[in-house]
Amino acid sequence: MTVMDTEHEPEAASRPHRKPLALVNARLIDPASGLDAFGGLLVANGTIADLGMHITEGSIKGAESLDCGGRTVAPGLIDMMVFCGEPGHEHRETLATASRAAAAGGVTTICCMPNTDPVIDDVALVDFVRRRARDTALVHVHPMAAMTRELKGEDMAELGLLQDAGAIAFTNGKLSVANAKLMRNVLSYAKDYGALIVHHPEDANLAGDGVINEGEVATRLGLLGIPTEAETMMLDRDIRLVELTGGRYHAAQISCRASLDVIRSAKARGLPVTCGVSINHLTLNENDIGPYRTFFKMIPPLRSENDRQAMIEGVASGDIDVIVSAHDPRGAEGKRRPFAEANDGAVGLETMLGAGLRLFHNGEITLHRLLNALSARPAELLGLAGGRLVKGAPADLVLIDLEMPWTVAREDLRSKSKNTPFDEARFEGRALVTFVAGHPVYHYG
Amino acid sequence: MSIVAEAPTPSFPHRHLLGIEGLKRDEILSLLDLSEEAAAQSRRVDKKSSDLRGRTLINLFFEASTRTQSSFELAGKRLGADVMNMSIPTSSIKKGETLIDTAVTLNAMRPDLLVVRHHAAGAVELLSQKVDCSVINAGDGSHEHPTQALLDALTIRRHKERFEGLTVAICGDIMHSRVARSNILSLNTLGARVRVVAPSTLLGEDVDRLGVEAFTSMHNGLKDADVVMMLRLQRERMASSLIPSQREYFHFYGLDAEKLANAREDAIVMHPGPMNRGVEIDALIADSPRSVIREQVEMGVAVRMAVLQALARHLPNE
Repeated sequence: MTVMDTEHEPEAASRPHRKPLALVNARLIDPASGLDAFGGLLVANGTIADLGMHITEGSIKGAESLDCGGRTVAPGLIDMMVFCGEPGHEHRETLATASRAAAAGGVTTICCMPNTDPVIDDVALVDFVRRRARDTALVHVHPMAAMTRELKGEDMAELGLLQDAGAIAFTNGKLSVANAKLMRNVLSYAKDYGALIVHHPEDANLAGDGVINEGEVATRLGLLGIPTEAETMMLDRDIRLVELTGGRYHAAQISCRASLDVIRSAKARGLPVTCGVSINHLTLNENDIGPYRTFFKMIPPLRSENDRQAMIEGVASGDIDVIVSAHDPRGAEGKRRPFAEANDGAVGLETMLGAGLRLFHNGEITLHRLLNALSARPAELLGLAGGRLVKGAPADLVLIDLEMPWTVAREDLRSKSKNTPFDEARFEGRALVTFVAGHPVYHYG
Repeated sequence: MSIVAEAPTPSFPHRHLLGIEGLKRDEILSLLDLSEEAAAQSRRVDKKSSDLRGRTLINLFFEASTRTQSSFELAGKRLGADVMNMSIPTSSIKKGETLIDTAVTLNAMRPDLLVVRHHAAGAVELLSQKVDCSVINAGDGSHEHPTQALLDALTIRRHKERFEGLTVAICGDIMHSRVARSNILSLNTLGARVRVVAPSTLLGEDVDRLGVEAFTSMHNGLKDADVVMMLRLQRERMASSLIPSQREYFHFYGLDAEKLANAREDAIVMHPGPMNRGVEIDALIADSPRSVIREQVEMGVAVRMAVLQALARHLPNE
């Protein structure tokens, strides 16, 4: 390994903690059950052994204890969308560096996307990523495999074998599958294996060469726009195909009000449809692009303020199931270019919690809804045991100081790439300690 | 008129054999009885009889076939008929009109029996409306292949001596299989319980409405089955992304010892041929004592002899 955290060894994540650890004097939040109580939590053998009022300093014999000073202990965050770069683009990010960024952001589980080089469309590559993560990563890493070979949208990948090898779900990365018949077959076939299809809904023809949300900002800047319809139409099509096949479908990200309406109506009909939104689309809008700032260029593009408000409403109501970082490391070679020619994407693992807490402090989303969309709900969709603060659950935890003010400094980011749209942003609240399987993998300061 | 209602004799009252659909249980059983006699005839040193002497049988194949065509050819020859094979490559026939023109032309040659295979569902029935002779469907698209279902039923009866209470699992590309359709119809008529096992992409919509129980797992689908019938997987299914690859198909749906262990200990294994070893069936299973695949081929000739005889009884004698 070229990059190695000095304090923490990667194997730590899989090694049971020597001594039980009591997190005492804490505000315990389990978003799935609504639990919000002061007390303590006992970690032993990598799992949550017990929790409640009775766990206090010195109450458990032989346990180390950590006084949380009344701060919040919540399930570690689970991020369903992380573009990593390993294999093939290690100069942008490796599993090791992504995992360090995750740990610093309170994220204990990441799903890495298959648009690597080579594409993760083969059992050997799923195996490679899992072994590489086991040896180098601080947090849990689950590869999402390609749903079509080489992500070309032409031939179905070996969904059954890939799932057996450990693929957590299937996606076509940032590319939509244009062929409706293929999409139908994939949904139908995936259903037999109970596999989740995570799709990026965008009509590539309608999006065309667009680089920014279509509208006044695009017109003023003289940039080609992408209409929200490019997303909503594809989402509409996908939902018809879910209705036809019964396959489990998750829209990787939605970005506009019309898409939220489509999701709501699908859910009202009882279809197995869920969706995500990126932290960027919850906290930024097209106006932030300002003078062609390429760190704000992403797919889908940042939308209007009205659309951003809709995304907040969606998370608040639960119609939007999960929040993702959409962490996408890009080097200067890809970002220091004219806007239309620059790479899409922004890093987000380290800033997702801080940015999300803005919505809480503004009174736009309750803390429980926020944490639910960041941990319990993704765990549920992916069939993971984490995301909960209950006895027997894995001790993947984050100690959060909800009030601590801090300022993002891009040079301090642990990610190999520094393309954050939140440079110099002032946040209130952050991860202080992150535990993976009961072992601390990150300490603030 | 293709069906003579309630005729006491002969026991097979149809002029054509276009499908299993419409056949009654007794009619199928009488064909199987007749087939047993034909099977005995085929095992004699002198295999030839004169039941069809002077009759002309034309094998009209619009789709390539080796075993079905030679099976019908042998059946006709053993019964003493004059047999002619006509293979018409698909490329030269593209329109319904041409099919009918061909039928009219052939009809003028005054055959007595016409065996037809065509790549389009319903084509054999269409052709039967334009000729004066008896027509036997040797496979029309993904619709029916009645003599295959009859030879399968005969093989099952020879091993299990009954149909009632038997569980038959038909596994593989149900959606595109005429063998599956004919077998579902015949086995249901004969009183067996029929299951189909395939990935959802190859099951066909609403297949359960055909009177079968549908499974997407071989483990569950083969549980306690008396008969395991495998279907051939066409390469086109990969090209059209109905399944991802041959190796994945074999892993989840190929019949190997482990999957077969879910079936009854005395379960027999069938396959209409030609087999893709290592795709839908493990070579060890195909060659094991539980496999009755070679017997199916032998019964194929017998069943076709029986069908020719049964239909010939309706041919005018003057």
